[in-house]
Amino acid sequence: MNYRRTKAIARKEMLHILRDPRSLTAALMQPLVMLLIFGWALSLDVDRIPTFVYDMSQTPESRELIRGFRGSRYFAIQEEVHAYRPIDQAIDKRACLLAVVIPEDFAKNIGLKQPTRVQLLLDGSDSNTAAIAQGYAEAVVAAYSQQLQVPIQTQSGNIPATVNADVRVWYNPDLLSSNFIVPGLVVVIVMIIAANLGSLTVAREWENGTMEQLLSTPARPAELALGKLSAYFVVGAADMLIALIVGVFIFHVPLKGSVTLLLVSSSIFLFGALGLGIMVSAMFRSQLMAYQMGTLISFLPAFLLSGFIYSIGNMPRVIQIVSLFVPARYFMEVARGIFLKGLGVELLWFNLLLLIVYAGIVFYFAARKLRQKVA
Amino acid sequence: MLANSQSGPAVHIDKLVKKFGDFVAVDNVSIDVSQGEIFGFLGPNGAGKSTTIRILCGLLPPTSGRATVGGFDVETRPEDVKHNIGYMSQKFSLYDDLTVEENIEFFGGVYGVSDAKLPARRDYVLEMAGLEDKRRAMTRTLSGGWKQRLALGCAILHQPPILFLDEPTSGVDPIARRGFWRLIYDLSDAGHTVFVTTHYMDEAEYCHRVALMYGGRVIALGSPEELKKSLGEGNLLNLDSSDVRGSLSVLEGKPEILEAAVFGAGLHLKVRDPGIAIPRIYEYLKQAGIHVLTLDSITPSMEDVFVSLIEQEEKAAA
Repeated sequence: MNYRRTKAIARKEMLHILRDPRSLTAALMQPLVMLLIFGWALSLDVDRIPTFVYDMSQTPESRELIRGFRGSRYFAIQEEVHAYRPIDQAIDKRACLLAVVIPEDFAKNIGLKQPTRVQLLLDGSDSNTAAIAQGYAEAVVAAYSQQLQVPIQTQSGNIPATVNADVRVWYNPDLLSSNFIVPGLVVVIVMIIAANLGSLTVAREWENGTMEQLLSTPARPAELALGKLSAYFVVGAADMLIALIVGVFIFHVPLKGSVTLLLVSSSIFLFGALGLGIMVSAMFRSQLMAYQMGTLISFLPAFLLSGFIYSIGNMPRVIQIVSLFVPARYFMEVARGIFLKGLGVELLWFNLLLLIVYAGIVFYFAARKLRQKVA
Repeated sequence: MLANSQSGPAVHIDKLVKKFGDFVAVDNVSIDVSQGEIFGFLGPNGAGKSTTIRILCGLLPPTSGRATVGGFDVETRPEDVKHNIGYMSQKFSLYDDLTVEENIEFFGGVYGVSDAKLPARRDYVLEMAGLEDKRRAMTRTLSGGWKQRLALGCAILHQPPILFLDEPTSGVDPIARRGFWRLIYDLSDAGHTVFVTTHYMDEAEYCHRVALMYGGRVIALGSPEELKKSLGEGNLLNLDSSDVRGSLSVLEGKPEILEAAVFGAGLHLKVRDPGIAIPRIYEYLKQAGIHVLTLDSITPSMEDVFVSLIEQEEKAAA
């Protein structure tokens, strides 16, 4: 590996990028647009949630709890029913998204200062709205529970009665939330952009006839791959930072872990994703073919097989095995771990190691593909 | 200026064969090119010239046979070959979105020209190519002739002992072509070996030696003078007459005439013995009522050699 040659290639690629401001703008706008569309659409505020009430208790206590729902602008009580059946039908017709079911022994348990439960039924087919509705409903129940405890605690030293919301989400047990979505989106965005950026770079040289010239120079395939990769790394890193900044400051996703660790691990992932793009690019001599292939093998796996939306644990065995070869899967865990749980290297090292191995393998094959001959 | 430490031929090609499936692009070619030589590779399109050059540059693996460039085997030591060559491919292949200077600096970088040497080499190339005023021009704005000069300049930044130029002057106007050949001569004088393909016959005259390729094979090899001699100097006649087509049909097939071909406004006739043939030609044409304007012995041009050899090949194939 020769430093001077690699540097010359990186500099040349950087000039190509700067000389094409339209593509550069598009590359930098892409994460912003994707994040805003995905993130915003998924975290839209929800109000006037169509709600059904099934009050088996029919007591002042239960009516007090229902008053809590009536008083909230987030809920609109459509009907009070006296069986499960109408709830079922209403959910199927999408006339109701949430049903509050108060059990018969509700007032009795409160009177006995026993913990008691309220059932919340949610239509999980609109999972995002359901998640938000669940949050609000739990808040109403919690507020009622709090209200009970205060007078009880002041009256005597007895154990306070508490009311717990017993949530059952129908149709989609894995709920999404914007905190969960945004870090995952960063992973998907980095993967797509990097693979797309990389996918054009070699195919363009074939189309313009410059590849033949390059192959006649002493520049080695690994130098070619690394030179190209480092130029696009700058663009990819800018995209990644935009995505992270938007996530933290616009979507208020808590970043609990180390920023440095997040940047380092993102860089490893970016390197592998760019390597994949360059490898694909070297396999096709037309930019169109390379771009389509790059999108296909980056976007779909990153979106579907990374655990971004669909839990890998629920997938068929074969697909689970396939997902082991999707690097986004490992980075998904790393990104969410750092963002949401504040995990450190001691827990993430294995995933990071896998990402490094992946980057190395992809880079090796990219360089190998560039070694090919003209015809 | 050039460090030609290695003795022996600059390019050595031995029984080289390249097949693409059933198609034989290069058919058992053997050539030696000496150092400092301007070696021309002639032939119609599809004759196998570019394929041979690509093999020599390490861009294509040969099917069989062997080739060394600068003493290095193209198959086993392509990296060493690449350090010793400059290559200009048929298609213009610089970066359109880089300036003249940026292209030079890029190729200087990949050819491993040191930072200390690069400014001097860059200035040399700019001067050689006459591009000093256009150093900051975007390459896409240059006309064909300038682009060719720049491409040549980029190929010689690292002072390679051997240059491969694949149809460097195609699509360039005659004045620019003349200028380009002057550069090739300068490079040859400086010790560079130049291996150049062309289908312009006048350019073949500028080469020290030429090989004529046809159907993947070398059908003639030698200096332009030798090739012309082989055609039989003095046995070629130029006929200007009142009816070119008429005289062709009259003379074709006559025992004294070996070959007859329209050439410019007249006919070129290849004969065995001009002393006998000239009076007979006058006679044939007089009988046909065609008026002879001039009938002289001429020195054959490379084009005559080319046409004659290819016709022989086609006759042999038929």
